[in-house]
Parts: sequence; C-alpha cells; structure tokens
Amino acid sequence: MIPELGHYALMLALGLALIQGSMPIVGARSNDPVLMSMAAPAALAQFVFVAIAFGALATCYVTSDFSVLNVYENSNSAMPLIYRLTSVWGNHEGSMMLWVSILALFGALVAAFGRNLPAALKANALGVQAWIAAAFELFILTTSNPFLRIADAPFEGRDLNPILQDPGLAFHPPLLYLGYVGFSIAFSFAIAALIEGRIDAAWARWVRPWVLGAWMCLTLGIAGGSYWAYYELGWGGFWFWDPVENASLMPWLAGTALLHSAVVMEKRGALKIWTILLAILAFSLSLIGTFLVRSGVLTSVHTFANDPRRGIFILAILIGFIGGALALYAWRAPLLKQGGLFAPISREGALVLNNLFLTSACVTVFVGTLYPLALEVLTGEKISVGPPFFNATFGPLFIPLLLAMPFGPLLGWKRGDLLGAAQRLLAAGMLAAVAIAAAFALQHGGGPVLAPFGVGLAIFVMVGALIDIAERTTVMRVPLAAALRRAAGLPRSAWGTAFGHFGIGMTLLGIVVVTAWGSERIASLKPGETIEIAHYRLTFDGLVNRPGPNYRDLVGHFTVRRASGELVGAMEPARRTFPARNMATTEAALMNRGASQLYLSLGDPSADGAVAVRLYFKPLVLLIWFGAVIMFAGGALSLSDRRLRVGAPKPAKARAAFQAAE
Amino acid sequence: MALVRALVVPMALLSLLLASPSLQAVQPDEVLKNPALEARARALSKELRCMVCQNQSIDDSEAPLAHDLRVLVRERLKAGDSDSQVIDFLVARYGEFVLLKPRLSWHTALLWGLPPAVVVFGILAIAIVVWRRRTAATAALEAANLNAAEERRLAELMRGDG
Repeated sequence: MIPELGHYALMLALGLALIQGSMPIVGARSNDPVLMSMAAPAALAQFVFVAIAFGALATCYVTSDFSVLNVYENSNSAMPLIYRLTSVWGNHEGSMMLWVSILALFGALVAAFGRNLPAALKANALGVQAWIAAAFELFILTTSNPFLRIADAPFEGRDLNPILQDPGLAFHPPLLYLGYVGFSIAFSFAIAALIEGRIDAAWARWVRPWVLGAWMCLTLGIAGGSYWAYYELGWGGFWFWDPVENASLMPWLAGTALLHSAVVMEKRGALKIWTILLAILAFSLSLIGTFLVRSGVLTSVHTFANDPRRGIFILAILIGFIGGALALYAWRAPLLKQGGLFAPISREGALVLNNLFLTSACVTVFVGTLYPLALEVLTGEKISVGPPFFNATFGPLFIPLLLAMPFGPLLGWKRGDLLGAAQRLLAAGMLAAVAIAAAFALQHGGGPVLAPFGVGLAIFVMVGALIDIAERTTVMRVPLAAALRRAAGLPRSAWGTAFGHFGIGMTLLGIVVVTAWGSERIASLKPGETIEIAHYRLTFDGLVNRPGPNYRDLVGHFTVRRASGELVGAMEPARRTFPARNMATTEAALMNRGASQLYLSLGDPSADGAVAVRLYFKPLVLLIWFGAVIMFAGGALSLSDRRLRVGAPKPAKARAAFQAAE
Repeated sequence: MALVRALVVPMALLSLLLASPSLQAVQPDEVLKNPALEARARALSKELRCMVCQNQSIDDSEAPLAHDLRVLVRERLKAGDSDSQVIDFLVARYGEFVLLKPRLSWHTALLWGLPPAVVVFGILAIAIVVWRRRTAATAALEAANLNAAEERRLAELMRGDG
C-alpha cells in the first residue's frame, strides 16, 4: 500500500510540475497576474507530493519491506537504522528520488519566500524549475521506478554495498545533491532573465545566496567524500582524479567562478552576460555530474548500451537542458545591457582573472574526464587519463590564481592600487619567504624541490587573508578595543571572503606537506614485532575476532610508542567481512597527532601468523579538510550577512534602505 | 522488466573499489632491497594503469594483474633499464592504455592543447573587450568635448561680447 501511495504521489507531482512549467510562463508573456500567481502554489503542492513519495520510499526502507524490488536489492534488516535510511539514496533509483525531492524543496522555498520578487521573474524562474522537475520525475517514473514490487517477497534483502555502510558516505550524496540542485536555482533565474531579456543587479542579489548555499554544500560534500576515500579505501590517498570525483569538482569550480562574478554583477552591474553563462554552465555541469555517475557510462561506454532506454532518456535531458539553455543564451544574451566600466587593475579585474583561471581549470578537468570516452566512441582507441595528467595541467592553472588571490580583496572597485596592495602584502610575502627557507632547511637539500614553494604559496595565501581583515579593522594602527569594534562592524561578507581564502590556503598547505613529506612503511609483522615511522614505534600485539551487527571484524591490535619509549596509545585496524554480499572492507586505524595522522591498514594474515601492514605518517593531512570546513564557515558567515538577505524574505522597508545606501 | 542491475553504480568514489579493497597494494615481499631502485619503481608505478581496474594505478591496486606489473617493473629496473625504457617496454606490450598520462600525439593533441588554449583565448577575449570598451569610452569622451568652433564661440561668450 505504502509504495503504491508513493508511486501515485510522484505521478501527481509530475502533473503539478507540468502545470507549474506552463501556466506561469504563459502568464508572464501575456502579463496575466492570475496565471503568473499559479506558480507559487503549484510549486508548494508539487513539493508536498514529492515529499510524500520520498517519505513512502524511506518508510519501505526503514521497515525493511522486501516486497519492494529496490529495497530488496539495497537493504538488509540487520543493518542499523541509520544505514537502512541512508541506503534510500545508495542506489540509482533512490538517489534520483533524493535529487528530485531537493529540487522540489528548493522550488517551494523560492515560492514561499519570494514574495517581493518581480512577478514575471518569479513566474518564469519557477516555471523553468518545474521543467527540470518534470524531466526528472518522468525519468524516474518511466525508467527508474523505485516502487516496483516483487511477486514473491523474499525473506531477507541483499544488503547495501558494504563500503557505503559508513557515516562518511551516508551524508556525502545528500550534500553533493544539495550543491548540484542549489545551482538549479541560479540556472532557472538565468533562463528566466533570458526569457524576459532583462537583467539587473537585483538579479545577482537574488541568486547569490542560492549560489553561496549550493557552493557551501558542495565544498563540504567534496571534502567529506575525499576524507571518506582517505580512510575507507585503505591506502591513504585523499584525491584520485577519478572521473566520479571530477564530476563533482567541475560544478564546484564553475560555482566558485559564479560566486565571484555574481559579486561583480551585484556591486558594479558588470559581467552580467558572463554571469548568466556561468549560471547555466554550473548547473549543466551538475547535471552532467549526476548522470555521469549514475548512468555508469564512466565505468564503461558499453554499460550505456545495456539499458538503452535509460541512456537515451539521460542524453535527451542533457541535450534538452544544456543545449536549449545555451541556444537561448546565444539568441537572447545580446539583448542584455552591459554596464559598469572598470580599469584592468581593480577588484573587478582581479575577479575576472579569478574567473579566467577557474574556468580554465574547469575545462581542463572536463576535457581530461571526457576525452578518453569521446576518443573511444569516435575511434575505438583506448587511452587513460589519470592523476599524472591532472597534476601536470590543473596545478599550473591554480598557481597564478592563488598568487593573485590575496591581492583581490585589497584592490578597490573600478580602479585599484596594485603597488599599495603589494605593500600591504609585504608581510605575507616575507613570511612566505621565511617558510620557503625553513622548508628547504628542514629537508636538508634532499626531498622535492617544488614543495617548499608550495608551502610558501600556502602561507602567502593564508597570511594574505589575515592581512585583508587586519587592514579593514586597522588593528595595527588603532587601539585594540577600537579595532575590535571595527571588526564587529565589518560586513559579514568581508569575513566570509577572508575565511574562504584562508581555507583554500590551509587546504593547499595540507596537500603540499602530506604529498611531499609523508612517509610509508610496508611490512609483514608477527606478533611482538615492531615497526618504526617518523618518531613513532608500533608493536603488533596480535589478532582478535570481533562481531558486529551485520559484519565480522578481524582486528589487529597495535601499541603505539614514541621513539623514546613513552606510551602514546593503541591502534586497531580491521578487516571487515560482510556475509550478506560476501565482501570485505579495510577499516584503517587513524591516530591524530595534532593536525597530522598515523594511518595503519591491515592486509590478509598469512599461514605463519604474520600479517601484512601498511603504515603511513601523514603530516598536516587534516588541514586539507579543516580548510574545507573553514571555507564552509566563510560561506555561512557571508550567507548570514544582512545585506545578502535583504533581497530575500525581508519587508520592503529594509530593501529600500539598502538601495538608498548604494 | 529490463532493469539492468549492472547499471547501478553506487555513489561517489565507488568505481575505485570495484576491485574489492580486501588486499593491499604493494606487498612486503615485492619491495626491492635497494631503496633508490624501489623509489624509482614506486614513482613509475604511479604513472601506470592497472588495466583491469577503474582508474587505478598499479601502485594503488590490489588486483593480481597490478601485482604482476609491479613485479615486472621491478625486474626491468633490476635488469638495468632506465625509467623510459621500462615505460616503452610496457607500452609496447600493453599499448598506450597503460599510461595514466597519455603521450602527446595527434590523437591527444586536443587533450593537451585545450587547457593552455583556453587560457590564451580567455586572455585575448578579455583584452579585446577591455580595448573595445576603452576606445568606446574615449570616443564618448571626445564626443562630449567641444570642437574648435564651439571653443571659439565659448570664448567669445565668456568675454561677454557675443
């Protein structure tokens, strides 16, 4: 009964989406307020029905209703409640349901809180949102129905893929999807602006919170996925340039560019046409990311042919939305008025530079990810594009970006003073030089040559962000109390910028240090034997079996001491076997030492009682993800800025006040 | 229902794991005695693809093929091959697919050329826009200025005898 209810609710949602996608747009064209006003209630009702459908599916999972094919294939009654719930989106059908639920939720939020949006813009934007929703709902209903029943309900489910049974991965997909779908709002507003042929700075003020929120979720989602891969895959890498990772990195790069260009548009009215294009691209890449991962085309081109209906539907959606949006852009963008002149050396100029390098980096990832596919389809030739390619091409694009980054916030709008900015960054440059010298001294002439410069760049970026705040609060020139008052009075978006930039520097520092100076030991140990790494000494005490709810652990016990003999603690890496799928995972043991980590993973025991171990010392590795968290915090600060919320659910008074202040 | 389960590729980095992560990559018995040679072997292994895996280097993969290739690389190095000789040997045996960083050739020209081309094209496009805007702005400024006849007329008016 419950799955049928969900199925039916999804059909009703599709019907509502079709109404929402047609009537308001017709109304906007004919300037009919009644038709236009249908958008908001339709969006709200659509959300209600999608939520019912999603709730029905979640109920089937939580109650382990194995008469539903999707539940049978991806769940197991022995799983803890949290994984029974998260396995809703651990498969293709369920993840599409999650996607469309978030989409409907965001549409409903625009409808509910968009009271002071211009009526036509709101009607068109919600209409475009409904097209996306309708396409996805139709896709789910016709090719990926999660509500299908099995005639003879099996007694037990086939279990969720064991490596997905992990808190890190449970919340990784929802965060990514919040990011992807968040860009759909920017996309819908961009298309609405193109349909109207009119755009102004208020548009950017409207769209920026959505872009910022989406970017924050995507940042956290990517970082979470990276940390998950780091501890779960058992060999301590944090980024693999895997196509699936690249699929989420591309929208992030485009979204970061969009975030910056939208600032220029909001403050100075410039870069309008470019911002619209970026809004289209960010969501297009999100769509491509979703489908690349979901369609299995990345695994092999041939999986696409396994289920042609699904593949063709996906291609149709991609071509329809991306092709349609770009065609509309080519046709209508020339109508939009340009505005806001600026000198090349200015805040705007710096943001254009940012956009140039971020877009180029995005193109690099795009080409690197899809080139092997395209080449194989066109010529049958197979090549591999892996980490060495991306390190050689992506890295050089990020260096000038990061070098220029501290200058941006210090330059004035319209016409900036590069020399003045450089003078103010002198301290950052000097600290960076000290860091470079120190890094060279510490590695005693050996070691990678470029790494010290990487450390210097990271320090430059981080100190640069601090200087930006120091300059704004004049902390060096006035008494502390006055500076603190100024700090409290600073716009939150200024803090957001500083946090975001500081976070990038931190992540870079972690990447450089762990890549250059991490160490590794591979050994086969018998109980009682010892292995040493970077001032630590680990003794293998023995193996024990330990049962879990739906798995069995083979745990190795290790005692960690300093080289001096002082006891530090114990590490317990495990090999986890899941009987339901007869699969095993490696559960690495991590021990935090400040921002560094000891990382120990266990191999198979051999007949003579020895066990293969891989031990890593990962210096400053945690900074990689701390940096992402700080970027997220920066986004949150910026989002809480009163001025950003003004366009949103605020009465007319606040809005007028802000405009007067401009 | 032709719901092909093979299509269900779970979320995120899962494709990395299709070869189950139950074993470890480099095994203790593979490691060479000579640390310099071992370091070269590790560096080379990171550039070579495990052909039966999803986008994994032989250094990361626990597949039997990756093991064989790691041993092969080490044997070649022990036999005195240079790094490029090892790579050439593997390419001759397994084709370009084994390289994680494709060689520059006509069929990878676009792959290698596009990133720098985008930067150059972007800089040019920005330069053209800036230059056009500036000439437009100067023209507008000049149009706003008075010409010689108007200047004379203004001077006459200022003298008060116009």
